[in-house]
Amino acid sequence: MTDLTQLTLEAALEGMAAGDFTSGEITEAHIRACERGRDLNAFITATFEQALEQAKASDARRASVKESGGEAGKLEGAPLGVKDLFCTEGIKTTAASRILGNFTPPYESTVTANMKAEGMIMLGKLNMDEFAMGSSSETSAYGSVVNPWKKHNRLVPGGSSGGSAAAVAADMCLGATATDTGGSIRQPAGFTGTVGIKPTYGRCSRWGIIAFASSLDQAGAIAKTVKDSAILLDSMAGYDPKDSTSLNVDNGNWVDACETSVKGLRIGIPKEYTVDAMPTEIQSLWDQGIEWMKDAGVGIVPVSLPHTKYALPAYYIIAPAEASSNLARYDGMRYGARVEGENLIDTYERTRAYGFGAEVQRRIMIGTYVLSAGYYDAYYLHAQKVRTRISEDFRNAWEVCDALLTPTCPGAPFEIGRQLNDPVTMYLNDIFTVTASLAGLPGISVPAGLDQDGLPLGLQIIGRALDEDTVFACAGALEQAADFTAKPEKWWL
Amino acid sequence: MRDPITMDTVRKIARLSHLYEGDGSAPGHGRLDDLASELNSIMGWIEQLNEVDVESVAPMTSTVDMDAPLRRDDITDGGRRDVVLANAPKAEGGFYVVPRSVK
Amino acid sequence: MFTAERVADAKDLIRSDTGDWEVVIGMEVHAQVVSQSKLFSGAATGFGAEPNSQVSLIDAGMPGMLPVVNEVCVEQAVRTGLGLNARINPVSRFDRKHYFYVDLPQGYQISQYEHPIVGEGEISIEPEGGQVIVVGIERLHLEQDAGKSIHDLSPDETYVDLNRSGVALMEIVSKPDLRSPGEASAYMEKLRAILRALGTCDGDMEKGNLRADVNVSVRRPGGELGTRCEIKNVNSMRFIRQAVNHEARRQISIIEAGGIVGQETRLFDANRGETRSMRSKEEAHDYRYFPDPDLLPLKLEQSFVDKIRAGLPELPDARKARFIRDYGIRAYDADVLTVDRGVGDYFEVLAKGRDAKIAANWMIGDLFGALNRAGLDFSDSPVSAGALGALLDRIADNTISGKIAKTVFDKMFRSGGTADEIIGREGLKQVTDTAAIEKLVDDAIAAHPQQAQNVKNNPKILGFFVGQVMKASQGKANPQAVNRVLRDRLEL
Repeated sequence: MTDLTQLTLEAALEGMAAGDFTSGEITEAHIRACERGRDLNAFITATFEQALEQAKASDARRASVKESGGEAGKLEGAPLGVKDLFCTEGIKTTAASRILGNFTPPYESTVTANMKAEGMIMLGKLNMDEFAMGSSSETSAYGSVVNPWKKHNRLVPGGSSGGSAAAVAADMCLGATATDTGGSIRQPAGFTGTVGIKPTYGRCSRWGIIAFASSLDQAGAIAKTVKDSAILLDSMAGYDPKDSTSLNVDNGNWVDACETSVKGLRIGIPKEYTVDAMPTEIQSLWDQGIEWMKDAGVGIVPVSLPHTKYALPAYYIIAPAEASSNLARYDGMRYGARVEGENLIDTYERTRAYGFGAEVQRRIMIGTYVLSAGYYDAYYLHAQKVRTRISEDFRNAWEVCDALLTPTCPGAPFEIGRQLNDPVTMYLNDIFTVTASLAGLPGISVPAGLDQDGLPLGLQIIGRALDEDTVFACAGALEQAADFTAKPEKWWL
Repeated sequence: MRDPITMDTVRKIARLSHLYEGDGSAPGHGRLDDLASELNSIMGWIEQLNEVDVESVAPMTSTVDMDAPLRRDDITDGGRRDVVLANAPKAEGGFYVVPRSVK
Repeated sequence: MFTAERVADAKDLIRSDTGDWEVVIGMEVHAQVVSQSKLFSGAATGFGAEPNSQVSLIDAGMPGMLPVVNEVCVEQAVRTGLGLNARINPVSRFDRKHYFYVDLPQGYQISQYEHPIVGEGEISIEPEGGQVIVVGIERLHLEQDAGKSIHDLSPDETYVDLNRSGVALMEIVSKPDLRSPGEASAYMEKLRAILRALGTCDGDMEKGNLRADVNVSVRRPGGELGTRCEIKNVNSMRFIRQAVNHEARRQISIIEAGGIVGQETRLFDANRGETRSMRSKEEAHDYRYFPDPDLLPLKLEQSFVDKIRAGLPELPDARKARFIRDYGIRAYDADVLTVDRGVGDYFEVLAKGRDAKIAANWMIGDLFGALNRAGLDFSDSPVSAGALGALLDRIADNTISGKIAKTVFDKMFRSGGTADEIIGREGLKQVTDTAAIEKLVDDAIAAHPQQAQNVKNNPKILGFFVGQVMKASQGKANPQAVNRVLRDRLEL
């Protein structure tokens, strides 16, 4: 029998539908892979026993559906991972922070509830940067996630959804949920040779996802292929009246869109995405991507997004401001860790000083500062106006093109610990992804090549709001042309 | 040009966000003065935003171009105190129990 | 707009050795919105439930929980705005106001800071014995209430109940247009009357469903404004008057002693009738307001507002005018009878087909007096409008005298029963039978021959005989008949 962990999600679903193997079998195979991949530290909480039970129930469900001539769920029987930012009923949810302690939500996030309704088997809760704040998955209270791709030293998998990216890249699960606030899906996908899709803001309900920056947070998926990412997103997205910012629109036909011809589309190449100190191999991969798209029949249009360089500093006002507010609730009073002090204020301070890691504290400090009296207009309000400018840039671009092609990251995955004490350098990892986050646009990272050290590099497609169809079509074309088949050597086995 | 963030400001911000420990340290940062220099370098980098002309530009508070949806005034929740209190560090008699908030 | 031009009535100036002082008052009133569920969650709002039994995961500030606006709370705010003759803002927004407190689960309160749902308006008040004053409304906004902290269950811990957490409040902010303790409480009375008439707040101050923060400053009459102090949570009309009085005098004595009044928040101590400085919860307050990214702008269609406007009930001012016009009662009485929707409704039932002035006198004099003595709310009155009406009918048809009616009323109030039952049971029916009255009159004249002799020279003696006859009849003789027969017999 073939190694079931090598399958794509699409192939796994087909195999189960054809009766080639059961959910029980493929779930077991993945659990073994997870156990052998402990060194990658991709999971915070493993739920293998529940997964096996769910798989058994799934196999029974599939059988009964087949008997009645019905249709199986979109994810029926597929073993997947869930980023530990999604609240899961009865399963410890930590946001990779000490402050949540042994928090066990009595509720299920809308996104994971949707996926469970479609038959997902959850293998466990995936590691990440604490409260999704980071670009390397090193800020986790549960230790750094390790990139399956390796040079001589261990590398970061990107972040914040580094556990999701590492687990998918290491064949520990068929796909995983992730969230993106400034690039937290696309950047780790780029760093691990996986596909990462962030849909339009409002496609996936935020209800039950631990908030980082509410106006930016958006759930999405990390998968092995573009089509797998479409299958996952299709089961995650949908209108939710419990989230006031949820969009009441139907999902597109995303799975089919992955194979739709891109002939006649116009792809914009933003000149501002050529930045200083970008490795030449990233520039040449980008150029290669442009050629691939041309070959696929698209028209290439140079475009200008003049406010691109301001996106990251604007983000580092807006996201910390919202984070400082969203994280005010972690005070040790109603749930999570409490460190008793001499009085109430002392208890607040000890609890939060103990519970939050350095990066989270740094961002709470920045956020509190930019919202405080006398600074609000100069920083927060100003940044929100810059955000308007960035959004206008995109609107202007859509006059002349249907999607944009850019690199996903300005560099290749770096060594663990190298950027941890240099916040601004770390922040620059998101320079190409943060613009779409600020404008709420869909973006996808597709693995497109390897650098001279044999490390994966990704290209990004950004589309119009709600035009995931075009994003998937372009990503599908890119994937086909790039024919990226490299896999990390399984050194951890 | 922006004034640098002083230790007083750092202390004030740390207090406002309840991240300050009485001994002047912020865990993970060592002393608060390290934090001050870090914040200054980050805010210095952010300073480039001042180059952007935002004259008569409206601030963008959401990417969603909709009005607030309204829900019906129905009682759909509550009546599950045990669930609400399940994760509490301390609860008694149906109340959350917390350090005394008045002297 | 700043509208502190009006100078207090001379009678309201505070006299002092250094000259007259004027008190300037503005009010911030928190009114709990009448709704089934909370502003942003589906948990119930009822009073007095078991602790934490009316709490959703949203109200408890659980991770990942999101607010969704309650339509009825929005309607109630608009309705109230219309009742305050205020501008309804087509676009408003919710902001977060940050501070740490044990009964504030999210670490912020969702409120409306920069763009409230209701803008400027006005209401007119008529303080006792004064002129009509127009009081400006600055704004009305929606916000969440906090939970409740209980400090007396443990010496070193606080117990927290989040049932109230997330209940919708309307904060109604007046302009500094009030100039005396009486005006301040009259404003509160009027506001409460409007809210109750609209059905947007039950106005129950004892339960804390209507609470006032009073801003007080003093100045020389018409002069430059002084520094104001905010007195928190003043929870009765009487306390409002006491708090303003005390605070004004406190500020005057500071200034007269050469000191400076510091801007601060103070607490009213009802036991001592004075205000005292609140120890600040934290040294620094910096609320860091910013638009709540979980909520989108609240936009109101004109048709939505128009529909609410079309359904507005009659408001106290309109009802008062109608009572004066249609029932011919005095302005003061009309004012008293329209403060509360239930009182006005009672009056209209009572006055229908009867002498409205008599009906008003009975309500204000007898019924209110009895309720007051019994410590009952109007809504708990043991005598219904129908029962009191039947009693008034017996006066009108001469079955009993007005005086006997008071006795009947007392009995009805204390132990129930209809007027007719009590009159019958107690034998209180008025004697109008001429023969019986003639007998009583003759007996009285026979018993007092000397007085009968003198009556012609001293007509006051007639009153003596009326008294004697009434006494002999145990008050049941028709006074007019007694008078007529006496005059006849005594040849007056």
